[in-house]
Amino acid sequence: MTALELIWSGDARLFQIVGLSLFVTLSATLLAAAAGMPLGALLALSRFPGRHALIVLVNGAMGLPPVVVGLVVFLLLSRSGPLGELGILFTPQAMIIAQAILISPIIAALTRQVIEDLWAEYKDELTAMHVAGGQRVATLLWDARFSLVTTLLAGFGRAAAEVGAVMIVGGNIDGFTRVMTTTIALETSKGNLPLAIGLGLVLIAVILAVNALAWAARGWSERHVG
Amino acid sequence: MRDRSNSLPIEFQNVAYAAGATSILGAISLVISAGAPTLLLGPNGSGKTTFLKLAMGLLTPAAGRILFASGAEVARRRCAIVFQKPVMLRRSAARNVAFALKAAARAPEAATIERLLQAVGLGGVAERPARRLSGGEQQRLALARALARDPDVLFLDEPTASLDPAATKSVEDIIVRTAERGVKIVMATHDLGQARRLAGDVVLLANGGIVEHAAATAFFQAPVTATAKRFLAGELIL
Repeated sequence: MTALELIWSGDARLFQIVGLSLFVTLSATLLAAAAGMPLGALLALSRFPGRHALIVLVNGAMGLPPVVVGLVVFLLLSRSGPLGELGILFTPQAMIIAQAILISPIIAALTRQVIEDLWAEYKDELTAMHVAGGQRVATLLWDARFSLVTTLLAGFGRAAAEVGAVMIVGGNIDGFTRVMTTTIALETSKGNLPLAIGLGLVLIAVILAVNALAWAARGWSERHVG
Repeated sequence: MRDRSNSLPIEFQNVAYAAGATSILGAISLVISAGAPTLLLGPNGSGKTTFLKLAMGLLTPAAGRILFASGAEVARRRCAIVFQKPVMLRRSAARNVAFALKAAARAPEAATIERLLQAVGLGGVAERPARRLSGGEQQRLALARALARDPDVLFLDEPTASLDPAATKSVEDIIVRTAERGVKIVMATHDLGQARRLAGDVVLLANGGIVEHAAATAFFQAPVTATAKRFLAGELIL
């Protein structure tokens, strides 16, 4: 069976892998957004000792090697590790945590840049209107919402394409923690190219579709929101 | 009509401001009192915008102090400002006004929003994205946002600088109506004709200092300083 036939026939195994991949990646993106966006906003709007060092650290962490993140999460979640009692090593939850750690710095760094640029534009207006504290942060996040979608996409893309970390902490267990990237790596090494190619096509299609949706949303917003 | 005199007078006492090593305003003293609009005149770079931002509390003086009758913190909450290039929030015109109302702890009721937009002639564009409005419309929306604060003092930084005559007339009409309601207008401009039309008193600034402060009639008919005479004669003041 060719790759395209696998896709058109609705191959159950293929779509189970696709479904798990999307679940893990979307969950990781949401988790990373919950941590990264407030951190990015804090770095953009606050002034405190060590801020510049923290910005350099967060920017540097955008290039974290996935296998190193996987190794660290593995050590944390392994039976003898500090979080071993959770018993989630080799589960999708562990994969979500690893991917979230991997992409949080990306989302935080890009959010900081977006919010800092918008703050430079809004500073006098919001200050003159006596908008401060939480309302200021909420205003900036809301008005930057369409730009922030791009930061989420960057995180989603990185997580979706990642293989090293999820391989280490998920174990690539058939039917349980096997996702698109780990399956592609495994099936290619076994010579089962149709499944690998089929998943590769689906992976590319998913990333393109998500980006197309975001692009369309941004275009709509520029026309209707300004 | 609400008594709006609590915030006034505003007193600049030897106020200086510098950006790095460059002096922008040098130890100026001035009292702005209730009444007809005060117009700040002067060429570009004379310190008009800095003066307004200092009064509004957006800049901190390098020296001197700015006193409000009711205390700076309280009074500045009763002030509003419209910048030369106002920034529109990324939402509709109506939601921009609603935002300003909420920021001023006023209920963003539809009737209030409609009244404010009507007051500046924007009743027909309430749902249009603010950033999609023309320059003149954005300037009027910025005025509506400022009026949403129901201010005692309204600072205006060259609000018609980039507008055509029709849009300028429209903005000036709003300013006149606002002043008639008892709101103190403090407005920067380098348009002498506009100053003649609107001013109750005039402050001429040049090179970061006050050259002359006088009632508008006296200033335009019998300026005292040589610099003011040259400025009124249309000469360049460098």
